[in-house]
Amino acid sequence: MKHTISVYVENKPGVLARIAGLFRRRGFNIHSLSVAPTENAAYSHMTIVVDLEDKPLEQVVKQLHKLINVIKIHDYLPEEVVERELALIKVNASSEVRAEVIEIANIFRAKIIDVSRNYLTLEVTGTEDKISAIIALLKPYGIKDLVRTGKVAVARGQATE
Amino acid sequence: MKISGAQAIVKSLEYLGVKDVFGIPGGATLPLYDALADSKIINHYLMRHEQCAAHAADGYARASGKIGVCMATSGPGATNLVTGIANAYMDSIPIVAFTGQVPTHVIGTDAFQEADITGITLPIVKHSYLVTDATDIPQIVAEAFYIASTGRPGPVLIDIPRDIQQQFIDYHLIEKVTLPGYKPTIKGHARQIKESAKLILESKRPVLLIGGGIITSGASEEVFKLATTHRLPVTWTLMGKGGFPENHELSMGMIGMHGTKTSNMAVQNCDLLIGAGVRFDDRATGNVARFAPHASIIHIDIDPAEVSKIVKASVPIVGDARTILKALNEYLSEFEPKANHEGWLSQIKKWKKNYALRVPRDKILKPQLLVHTLKKMTAGMEIIVTTGVGQNQMWAAQYFNMEKPRHFISSGGLGTMGFGLPSAIGAQVAKPDALVIDIDGDGSFQMVLQDLATIACYNLPVKIVIINNRYLGMVRQWQQLFYKGKYFAVDLEKGTPDFEELGRAYGIRAKSVKEYSQLEKSISEMLSHEGPFILDVHVEKEENVFPMVPAGAALDEIIGGEAK
Ligand SMILES: Cc1ncc(C[n+]2csc(CCOP(=O)(O)OP(=O)(O)O)c2C)c(N)n1
Ligand SMILES: [Mg+2]
Repeated sequence: MKHTISVYVENKPGVLARIAGLFRRRGFNIHSLSVAPTENAAYSHMTIVVDLEDKPLEQVVKQLHKLINVIKIHDYLPEEVVERELALIKVNASSEVRAEVIEIANIFRAKIIDVSRNYLTLEVTGTEDKISAIIALLKPYGIKDLVRTGKVAVARGQATE
Repeated sequence: MKISGAQAIVKSLEYLGVKDVFGIPGGATLPLYDALADSKIINHYLMRHEQCAAHAADGYARASGKIGVCMATSGPGATNLVTGIANAYMDSIPIVAFTGQVPTHVIGTDAFQEADITGITLPIVKHSYLVTDATDIPQIVAEAFYIASTGRPGPVLIDIPRDIQQQFIDYHLIEKVTLPGYKPTIKGHARQIKESAKLILESKRPVLLIGGGIITSGASEEVFKLATTHRLPVTWTLMGKGGFPENHELSMGMIGMHGTKTSNMAVQNCDLLIGAGVRFDDRATGNVARFAPHASIIHIDIDPAEVSKIVKASVPIVGDARTILKALNEYLSEFEPKANHEGWLSQIKKWKKNYALRVPRDKILKPQLLVHTLKKMTAGMEIIVTTGVGQNQMWAAQYFNMEKPRHFISSGGLGTMGFGLPSAIGAQVAKPDALVIDIDGDGSFQMVLQDLATIACYNLPVKIVIINNRYLGMVRQWQQLFYKGKYFAVDLEKGTPDFEELGRAYGIRAKSVKEYSQLEKSISEMLSHEGPFILDVHVEKEENVFPMVPAGAALDEIIGGEAK
């Protein structure tokens, strides 16, 4: 099962290594991880999606709390968060299929951000499922390159009030 | 007035009350040692291996309750500390390790004697620092001491590049440390304490299990009060030894793989297990799935991550063990102690009688008899025992009864051979008036014997009692019991030096004993000798440690332990 945790950490060197090391050592699987500065320069924010096979989420959170540089942790149930991921997809779009690819992009509200003779590069944001769906549809045309950011998440209005 | 980073380190240490440090210098710590040389307060003990410096700091901390400090140069000096740091980490011992690092401008270039020690030690420290600006030194040292010694204690490493040690700064005192992400819980939750009290009053078959947390938090008196008021039989982990007086009628002995049959049976049959300052290590619990199957479990520990990590607690209480037990005792004082478990106590009494640890009486040099005799002949003295790892350690734990905390010093979580001698050095430095005895194994001792030089150099009156079985005995025991007696790579007969000669080489009085008839006389000679002493006792080679719970078995599937 996948869980999203939101972690505020001190913006100090080595913090990412401590967190990654902890996950590795304790046998917790990181599905995705994204790090970014916050409005306060002293802190960074991480969205970590953990894949929990047999380790309880409670252990992950408690062990994370033991790191001195970790300030605050929220673990959210899927229904408590709004989450998004962004993907850049470079797909084969030679003249015979270009119209079809554009149509798929439109359905998913993907933006075309680069065009060349044989390729289109799409930018798509959405839930993980949505991203996976567009990738599945584009696959038969030939995906040349694909980069996903991993999920970022924020609590829904109610969850924090 | 401006001072160097190195001087700032020394000044910070002095301000924090450090009197003794253990280490070995090198290129990357030359400035630090130059500043240290000028300190009128701090004694530096020059060790012969950095691993021993870390273990000495560890033993110092365990014996005194203060923070142990060790130092090493960059690269190999720092990597030599690793075992010692891991050992302190596993047993939650507060040490602060200082390492020199190559100058900042060459970090990352594979410079001479560069090792990424903050990276290497990441999984075995409570916290660590790589100092990049000497201005931060007072703050970092203060934080390191605060982090190492509060909450669940542990090792903290400070890596300081040589140029940072030479950078001049305005020194400022740090009086108070506050860290946004670090606030250990001290007080237990009141509702949980009430809930525990209820369980204690209702229990018909209670057991109190104490661990290293009791020693760390200084909770022995509260443990004593709780146990005696409510007539709770007490068992302990290796780390909890000394937390409750062993000669007390409520004492059942150690739990676990080489615990007493009484303790193990009691835990398997109890209806309430109060685990205080314990983490339910596998050596203590045996097969976890079948551990204490009939019990409600009250788990008291300062580390929230330990609660329900291994064993699901019915009543978890996070906080400092002493504070919690004090509150529990206070709350319980409002009730008449029910102690409605006379049947249980008499059952335990019966087990204790039937399963008492046996002292071989056949007057041959058995290791158990050695430890028993040593205990008997030092009764009433202020003794600190340290141990090696293996059979020697288990016999020391089984047969050297302890009445007080901080007097039994042993490598629990990591099981580090070689811990006995250097931890004895640290303990002796911390407690100059105590009689420090390292009960060691011939194999363990040989991993660290170069530090006999340290003992000789500072004339530390450490007594080293080697349980000499000419074997890596514990491994041999497992090969005998579980690998069809195929002994491989465990024989120390060849190559082991004559320890009497070895002592002589270091200028340390030494004596080898090969007959039971010489034992008491030799022990007296050792005890009356003022300086250090090596007592090398050639014991029965193939003696095994019993009772024993085989790996993977439940605690009541214990082999041996019946009195004959
Ligand atoms: C550093 C280290 N290496 C290996 C081991 C594995 N080990 C555990 S006990 C033991 C034998 C110890 O021999 P000795 O010190 O002579 O003690 P004895 O069991 O004979 O009393 C060994 C090799 C260990 N615990 N620590
Ligand atoms: Mg041996």
